[in-house]
Amino acid sequence: MDFQHSQASHCESGVMSSMLRHHGLPLSEPMTFGLSSALSFAYLPIIKINGLPLVAYRMPPKAIIKGLQKPLGLKMRFETFRNPAAGVARLNELLADGKIVGLQTSVFWLPYLPEDLRFHFNAHNVLAFGRDQTSGDYLLSDPVAETTVSCPAPDLQRARFAKGALAPKGLLYYPVGQPQTPDWQKVLPAAIKKTTRIMLDAPLPIIGVRGIRHLAKAIEKLDASGDPARTKMFIGQVVRMQEEIGTGGGGFRFIYASFLQEAAELLVRPALNELSETLIDIGDEWREFALATARQIRDRDPLAPKALADKLRQIADREQGFFRDLRRAV
Amino acid sequence: MLDSEVPQEGNSTLGGHRKALYARGDDGKLHIVQSAGWEVEEIVTRQAIDDLLRLTEEARQRVLAGQTSPLEYHMYRVRMDVPLLSQASGVWQWRIRRHFRPAVFASLSPALLARYADAMGLSIEQLKKAD
Repeated sequence: MDFQHSQASHCESGVMSSMLRHHGLPLSEPMTFGLSSALSFAYLPIIKINGLPLVAYRMPPKAIIKGLQKPLGLKMRFETFRNPAAGVARLNELLADGKIVGLQTSVFWLPYLPEDLRFHFNAHNVLAFGRDQTSGDYLLSDPVAETTVSCPAPDLQRARFAKGALAPKGLLYYPVGQPQTPDWQKVLPAAIKKTTRIMLDAPLPIIGVRGIRHLAKAIEKLDASGDPARTKMFIGQVVRMQEEIGTGGGGFRFIYASFLQEAAELLVRPALNELSETLIDIGDEWREFALATARQIRDRDPLAPKALADKLRQIADREQGFFRDLRRAV
Repeated sequence: MLDSEVPQEGNSTLGGHRKALYARGDDGKLHIVQSAGWEVEEIVTRQAIDDLLRLTEEARQRVLAGQTSPLEYHMYRVRMDVPLLSQASGVWQWRIRRHFRPAVFASLSPALLARYADAMGLSIEQLKKAD
């Protein structure tokens, strides 16, 4: 079967959606995202990116790939390599067998991406589906790109064996066996419940709704430090995590709302459609937060971390109410 | 976000790419809409890029003034910092900082230079010059 590319908004859910479709199970990107309970919030002050704390609006990398195994009765095989040459040889062997292969890569070394977006982020997922006969370039389906792309072999090798946080170590993955259409009545409520647990009951105060409040507190504290340049870098980083390539807008809230619409249909539960509406509103509030932040960075509005913190608390309250309602609905 | 609210104002940092967003159509269903870019994203991406460019330029000036080695300049130019360069090259952070001293850098062995060059995707010749 010829491989079919489609653009997605998030790399990992996009890769899994394409991979499953190729193996005979068409699932939308939002369905792979929701079914693996990938929505989340985490404020991780210990993990620093260029000296600024990590803020994530979803579960850690590989959560989607791994999370789909159980509901779909799917076995994914993961292979990492200490020796780059072995990793390259294994990829070539799988491609020669006609397999499509998921790869973890560093954005910085992928030449087809826009220069300004190439930071050292090591957990970008792409699919390899063949090689150009004459040049030896790899044919890739990068979910965030509009069309398929090709990547020279030395660049792909660097991208697969980049070092640093979340180093890919040449990770490649592919399904073994055939994915099955799941029993929706069973898997959907379970997946939704898991997400509400993550958002409401996480034992750490930096995860879920409490994580949003924790971030609000951290932003408020910047006020006193009296270093406007650093304050601006901090709040800018939060917005980049929320909106830059791969979130579908509103820090994944819109993707999840789309998943809830699909779930409403499959489970014949219109209540989920109403909840989806609420989540779209919350996504819009995240976008308002991003807009207010950007205006302060550019000095169109005076720098006011307190106002941004208040906006975050307002969002946290709304998300808390939303996830409680969602829990009751399934 | 409605279909009609998906930003199409352009974003220079996307380099002509269009990205996929989820927005609500007339039928009330969310679906993928391609966006030419949002100014908010352009502002925050530019901010991060400009900060790296500033660090790179400051390091270049210090190389010319003999206050640091080309190693620091190239580190910022490839968008790294000391912890990341340390992980990529396998050289301890304090050693890297020591190698920022021009005199120490000048006496580095070819093998060590090759390690740095390889980690940053440069040739040894490029690594020795700040341009």
